[in-house]
Amino acid sequence: MMKIRVWGCRGSLPAPGPENNYYGGNTSCVEVTDGETCLILDAGSGIQRLGRFIDPKIKEIHILLTHLHIDHTMGMGFFLPLYNPSVKVHFWGPSSSVTPLLLRLRRYFSPPFFPVRLADLPNHPEIHELAFNDFSIGEFQIHSEYVCHPGPTLGFRVRLGKKTFAYIPDHEVRLGSTHFPTNPEWTSGFELANKVDLLFHDGGYTVPEYEQKLGWGHSAVEDTLDFATLCQVKHLAIFHHEPNNTDAQLESIFADSMKGKDLGFEVELCREGAEYFL
Amino acid sequence: MPAQPLELILGRQFVDTLSLPAFLVDPEGNLLFYNEPAGVIFGLNFGETGGMRVEEWSTVFTPFDEYGKPIDPEELPLVKTLRNQTPNSGSFYIHSMNGDKIHIKVNSFPIIARPERFLGALALFWKTDP
Repeated sequence: MMKIRVWGCRGSLPAPGPENNYYGGNTSCVEVTDGETCLILDAGSGIQRLGRFIDPKIKEIHILLTHLHIDHTMGMGFFLPLYNPSVKVHFWGPSSSVTPLLLRLRRYFSPPFFPVRLADLPNHPEIHELAFNDFSIGEFQIHSEYVCHPGPTLGFRVRLGKKTFAYIPDHEVRLGSTHFPTNPEWTSGFELANKVDLLFHDGGYTVPEYEQKLGWGHSAVEDTLDFATLCQVKHLAIFHHEPNNTDAQLESIFADSMKGKDLGFEVELCREGAEYFL
Repeated sequence: MPAQPLELILGRQFVDTLSLPAFLVDPEGNLLFYNEPAGVIFGLNFGETGGMRVEEWSTVFTPFDEYGKPIDPEELPLVKTLRNQTPNSGSFYIHSMNGDKIHIKVNSFPIIARPERFLGALALFWKTDP
């Protein structure tokens, strides 16, 4: 069984505070496990807490980074298993045109950003570059491909047996699509999310907000609903909540976006601490 | 039909916004998209034709030299780009939709995505005096 737990679903910047307690303030981090096989999707601030509570039986951890924007990487150095000599950590992340992933990760693990270098860790993490790939980790079958977001940015489709989960936390689906939302062949991310059992997808903006932020790499909630409909997903959890929005504001945006819609699939705002079982 | 790679999706979006005529083709030379200005020159409408296989659109697009002699397809910039994965340029004549002989210049560019994935080519062209 695929167990999915959300450790952070806030976008751009951690947003702690009592007004955000329900949906949480930590940035992107999702744990996906099958027995002792452990995938961690993104290393935002949520990975710090995950590192404290991870199952001690797990001795090999695979961190899959969609991209290297700071809200997806800021927690890396605070992930305790990196300092445990009995744990092997793998970093998987997007290829760029020029700089190897190892060198881009070293920028984070070096002053002035962070005092500990990769070479100072008890086990040097194993680095894997990804682009348009199909690969396996344990029983998980994973497909990665680039999606529309500034800089090299991946989405992941994770399959275990017959169950599928797609993770596309940062994605400007309207900009990356022709005749959206009616043309799947020309829609960024379609192959990743097509008919999945569960989709986590970027949806931080209202439509008027999106119109002011074209090209920033994110989606309006309504576009996310349209994308999920096009992909015929079974369940959608909207991800990458704006740091300025409180729980009440998120729910208001969501309610407005859902008005008059009968989608035919489950949909909700992603919430830190939520668990899904596929 | 499987979705196109992001780089081609964004390439299509880009050329769709241009007033410069443009073609987008896959690595085999199949015409994935042409924009409205290109359609005006050839008397076609993408909304009606959709994409075209290479053998289809090569019958529509019949370039010739200043003496009216057909140009070997292997000498066309876009074909060279697909063969060599390098930018190319050239000029030749075609017949417009109303039968006029027009001279066009072409620049073609390979679409090489991260990391070194050859996905097709983009050809930009414009009418000019010979």
